[in-house]
Amino acid sequence: METLARKLIAKASGQSSVAVGDVVVCKVDLAMIHDSGGPRRVKPMLERLGRNVWDRHRVVVVTDHYVPADTNETRAIQALTRQWVVDEGIDNFYDEQGICHVVLPERGHLVPGMFCVGGDSHSPTGGAFGAYMFGIGATEMAGVLATGEIWLRVPETILIQWTNHLGRFVTAKDMMLAMCGEIGMGGGRYQAIQYAGSAIQDLPMQERMTLSNMAAELGAQAGLIAPDDVTAAYVRAVGGTLAEDWEDYRIEAVDSVRDHLTFDAATLSPQIAAPHSPANADDAGVFRHTAFNVAYIGACTGAKYVDLAAAASVLKGRHVANGITLKVAPASLKDQNRAEADGTMSILEEAGARFLANSCGICAGYGDDRLAEDEVCLSSTARNFKGRMGAPGSKVYLASPYTVAASAVAGEMIDPREMMEG
Amino acid sequence: MARLWRFDEIVDTDVLAPGAYMKAPLTELATHCLEAVRPEFAGQVGVGDVILGAPNFGVGSSREQAAEVLRHLGVAAVIASSFAGIFYRNAINLGLPVFTLSDDLYDHPGLVDGAELAFDFDTASIRLAASGDVIKLERLPDFLRDMILDGGLIPHLEKRFQAATPAGG
Repeated sequence: METLARKLIAKASGQSSVAVGDVVVCKVDLAMIHDSGGPRRVKPMLERLGRNVWDRHRVVVVTDHYVPADTNETRAIQALTRQWVVDEGIDNFYDEQGICHVVLPERGHLVPGMFCVGGDSHSPTGGAFGAYMFGIGATEMAGVLATGEIWLRVPETILIQWTNHLGRFVTAKDMMLAMCGEIGMGGGRYQAIQYAGSAIQDLPMQERMTLSNMAAELGAQAGLIAPDDVTAAYVRAVGGTLAEDWEDYRIEAVDSVRDHLTFDAATLSPQIAAPHSPANADDAGVFRHTAFNVAYIGACTGAKYVDLAAAASVLKGRHVANGITLKVAPASLKDQNRAEADGTMSILEEAGARFLANSCGICAGYGDDRLAEDEVCLSSTARNFKGRMGAPGSKVYLASPYTVAASAVAGEMIDPREMMEG
Repeated sequence: MARLWRFDEIVDTDVLAPGAYMKAPLTELATHCLEAVRPEFAGQVGVGDVILGAPNFGVGSSREQAAEVLRHLGVAAVIASSFAGIFYRNAINLGLPVFTLSDDLYDHPGLVDGAELAFDFDTASIRLAASGDVIKLERLPDFLRDMILDGGLIPHLEKRFQAATPAGG
């Protein structure tokens, strides 16, 4: 029986079916690049090859890494990016509108059935929409931009099933940290993970995106979720165009997958991952009383509208504790505007949050707010590698926006249910 | 003689190419390669040296500078029992040889940090100077081997495009 991954790859490679292990060449429906790994890196390579982009309508450019550009070096990078977009005639350019993985779907670029590449490791986020999407480096991207094609070894599918339903104040981020703890950062073996089951079907699109996004942290190439009515409603709402056959990709394929893991959503507690790996995850209660200085709600993983709203539901009528700095970098301008319109932003502000730009920022180790030596951060982001978010001696714990917000109020790490359900 | 740099801890892309120096030229970025875990590495690594890494080598970001700095510093090959997928593709695309070896060979007593050795791409093997032992690595598929021999994806495509141009055209 067909899996979603194989169906998507077969379509992109122009074959009726493909087998695991086949090396195939796929036609790319969409290539996404950003200011860090994009134009400044691919331009000289395309010039060397004497080529322009193969299809200017299939390329999306986003500036999100060197934002704000506040040095001569970063201003030069952005100037180059903008000029390249003009020179190549790219019409899908989102300049300082937010983080690429969030901007792409909110502008209707991702629909079920697509085959996409992104110049960023969190590109598996696109899998939440029933698209095969994965991250590649700049040289490989230059190859895609020159040819419109990429080679692929057809992956196995690792099915991860989540049964039952999540409890209150437990999120996709907690599911993900639990999976990292269970199978480790290499557990995905660069294959395709597919998330399935009732607890997945319950999730709104932005929560599903968190799971697909962090397929990267599980070491998978792609993190797929079968498209359903929730997917279709989201795509229609953002003005995307669903293909007539989109329901053909509604493949959960539970029976045809050899590699199969099952988790129970009902018994899952909020999770925290200790430095320096997302795999160091355990129940938040285990970290009770752990001290920290910086609470961060940020990144494509942890500062979408749904994440801001989660943090605000905890912070409403509360204030962060003395000694804790709460920094919030909404993942996109659209999500920020929505949070402003419904009062979410003002709740965060009244709780003591300081707002940063709609960009990758601290999560990628960029900008002035990077962690200082010996600072300890509790973060809603994806990665807590040594030195990633600042000085080599800084430490990062990962958690959901609920847990980050509740801990910021408590002044130490806490299971948010302790505060909210008393 | 070339030496082995052995890493038993996970090596991620943030320690290979730290974010704080990503906006700098490659030559400067390279001086910070691995400084968070082995501060002496960038200053002491020599041309022809080989890295032996723990499983899931190169986990993390898609930034290919993680592979590029190693090539720039003269590293002849990176060997690990497994690689993170994007790093593996990036390395080949940049012409940096990457090889896997089985877990039992990873534990070979001669593969200690600082061991003197010679690496041979053609036979996909390393020869340990102390014992004379030859350790066979897993062979790459031919099309990836060809890409490395061409110097990476861009020179490889250059060849392909030139071949596709009609004679005299």
